[in-house]
Amino acid sequence: MSFVSVRDLKVAFDGVQVLHGINLDVRRGEAVGLVGESGCGKSVTWLAALGLLPGKAKVSGSVTVDGQELIGASPRRIEAVRGAKIAMIFQDPSSALNPVHRVGRQICENLRLHRGLRGDAARTEAIRLMDIVGIPSANTRFDLYPHEFSGGQCQRVLIAMALAGAPDLLIADEPTTALDATIQAQILDLLSNLRRQTGMAMVFISHDLGAVSTVCDRAAVMYAGRIIEANDIKQLFAAPRHPYTRGLFDAIPDLDAGRARLSLIPGTVPDPKRLPQGCAFAPRCARAGDLCREYQPELKEQTSTGLTACFHPIPIGSANRQEVFA
Amino acid sequence: MSTLLQAKGLIQQYRTAKTFLGKTSTMRAVDGIDLTVREGEILGIVGESGSGKSTLGRLLLGLEPPFAGEILYRGHPMPEPRTPAWRRLRAEMQLIFQDPLSALDRRLTVSAQIGEPLEIHGLAAAGSERDERVAELIAKVGLRQDQAGSYPHELSGGQRQRVVIARALASNPRFLVCDEPVSALDVSIQAQVVNLLRDLQDREGLTMVFISHDLKVVRNICDRVAVMYLGRIVEEASSDAIFSDPRHPYTRALVSSVPKIGAGLHGRIILQGEPPNPAARPSGCAFHPRCRFADADCAATIPELELHDGRLAACRKLRHTLRSAA
Ligand SMILES: Nc1ncnc2c1ncn2[C@@H]1O[C@H](COP(=O)(O)OP(=O)(O)O)[C@@H](O)[C@H]1O
Ligand SMILES: Nc1ncnc2c1ncn2[C@@H]1O[C@H](COP(=O)(O)OP(=O)(O)O)[C@@H](O)[C@H]1O
Ligand SMILES: [Mg+2]
Ligand SMILES: [Mg+2]
Repeated sequence: MSFVSVRDLKVAFDGVQVLHGINLDVRRGEAVGLVGESGCGKSVTWLAALGLLPGKAKVSGSVTVDGQELIGASPRRIEAVRGAKIAMIFQDPSSALNPVHRVGRQICENLRLHRGLRGDAARTEAIRLMDIVGIPSANTRFDLYPHEFSGGQCQRVLIAMALAGAPDLLIADEPTTALDATIQAQILDLLSNLRRQTGMAMVFISHDLGAVSTVCDRAAVMYAGRIIEANDIKQLFAAPRHPYTRGLFDAIPDLDAGRARLSLIPGTVPDPKRLPQGCAFAPRCARAGDLCREYQPELKEQTSTGLTACFHPIPIGSANRQEVFA
Repeated sequence: MSTLLQAKGLIQQYRTAKTFLGKTSTMRAVDGIDLTVREGEILGIVGESGSGKSTLGRLLLGLEPPFAGEILYRGHPMPEPRTPAWRRLRAEMQLIFQDPLSALDRRLTVSAQIGEPLEIHGLAAAGSERDERVAELIAKVGLRQDQAGSYPHELSGGQRQRVVIARALASNPRFLVCDEPVSALDVSIQAQVVNLLRDLQDREGLTMVFISHDLKVVRNICDRVAVMYLGRIVEEASSDAIFSDPRHPYTRALVSSVPKIGAGLHGRIILQGEPPNPAARPSGCAFHPRCRFADADCAATIPELELHDGRLAACRKLRHTLRSAA
């Protein structure tokens, strides 16, 4: 059974629907990527699932964690489930820390909340966590303030705080986006090591397909508030079936390729207030037909493992883009 | 190819912010750079944040005078800022930077933004001549003529960057410095703008310095690449050579840190230590504290950018032990 199960999750802000029925499962111990361009609903999906959206958000559907329903549950109950089992880290590590409190104290606070540790026991454990996440001389840096840490180290502190609750699931929302390349590599390495050591599951949200492919077992691609393709990492990247997924892959320059012109997806992501009829990608899609402009394709099984929401998925084995869009 | 611009011994230093003891000191953002920009090429400048890329870009454009060193543009020294000669050069050299919204005046329509430089540089009389020229620029950057009356907030990020580019092109520049021009854009839009810049460079024979921390984009667009670390160039070569056969240990780590789709984390060089801080520059080779090949020599002497096996790199270790990347 899935550890987290999201069913038909919908979210609207001020009457504008931004999530249109998300179905997603996270099993114990696995790493699931969520990719897509900005505004497609990656963050809102998890904020809604964990009851973290502002009150004006209208949320419906079902989210269960270990079999317990969160949608419609009391804030206290959600907090109890979330606090015990799920931790989140975000893109901007420095703003997620309290600037006026010492870093060590902030980790201790989480240890008190989640594990009831206080005093010396908390301090010892906090220093152990700082060590684990790779903060050098943790002992002496325990009493420093967040501004005395670099961006990469702040992200490490947040990861230490997340680990304080020994979570079953870590949701990492663009955790490396604000970091420099070599520091990004360090954090990705740290996250996969931690996952190996603790066996926790991870949801890795990112617009960086390369990063997702290196740390996840499988991934879901979102477009305009829907999941349009999901598969295990190898198959997804080797043989994307949805024309948007394919277009996205082709638009990323390849470090090993030369100076060839980039292939691109024409147009832009639609405004959630003005979604086109039918498939939201149809106006930008070279494969779209009348059906696509009329009806919304369901996310359906296309191969043994993969799901695609497309009436005209790309045939398996089409080698290059020219062929695909011929 | 003839030389368009030559920088010799460039140094730029700034005062650091006051510490809590009220002390200030100086730090070098650019610390001894010799660089040649050839007519018609796209030269990439890569490096992590704080390495001095933007400062170098402003120096190359003569937007601020260097603390030491000189810049020759078409063989002539850069005129003093805000002199008539300097103003004449502004039309010929343009800067495009990351955040299009802050580069645009939110009270002006697209056509007014694009027409403004024509007026400032006295390039087209108000009325039909200017309107024609604006329409031409709108077409050149791939905007629609019906967007001429739109305001910046009514446009998407990619469209705004097109307005910025059109505005920069209005004065018929020969030299463009693009500072992270696509970093704020989504993948599919990034590809559109990268292709636009390439086409413009091709068609108009522009010379470009393209600054970016995104190595994949630099790989795609640049002919030649200079790699910066703490205010100095540590390696310089053709784009092909830098990415397929990096020599300097920092370049190797940087190239290796780019997550490759399907490659996993295996075999990546994970640098230890923190990103460089120009306010606390290590002695000798600034990279030595993070370098796995460094020895006492590296901590003592600053290596010059010189030829090793026909390749320009600033590393003492390249003399003996290191050959091409294994
Ligand atoms: N608090 C909010 N109020 C109103 N709209 C919101 C709010 N949060 C997100 N949205 C909208 O929901 C959509 C999805 O946003 P988000 O999930 O943040 O995208 P991303 O995929 O970039 O994480 C966007 O159109 C965004 O503008
Ligand atoms: N005008 C300025 N005044 C003071 N410090 C500056 C100024 N411009 C840049 N710096 C500092 O110089 C260093 C290099 O900055 P920058 O050239 O912006 O690097 P990059 O573009 O590679 O990130 C940074 O430490 C930055 O804080
Ligand atoms: Mg987000
Ligand atoms: Mg910069």
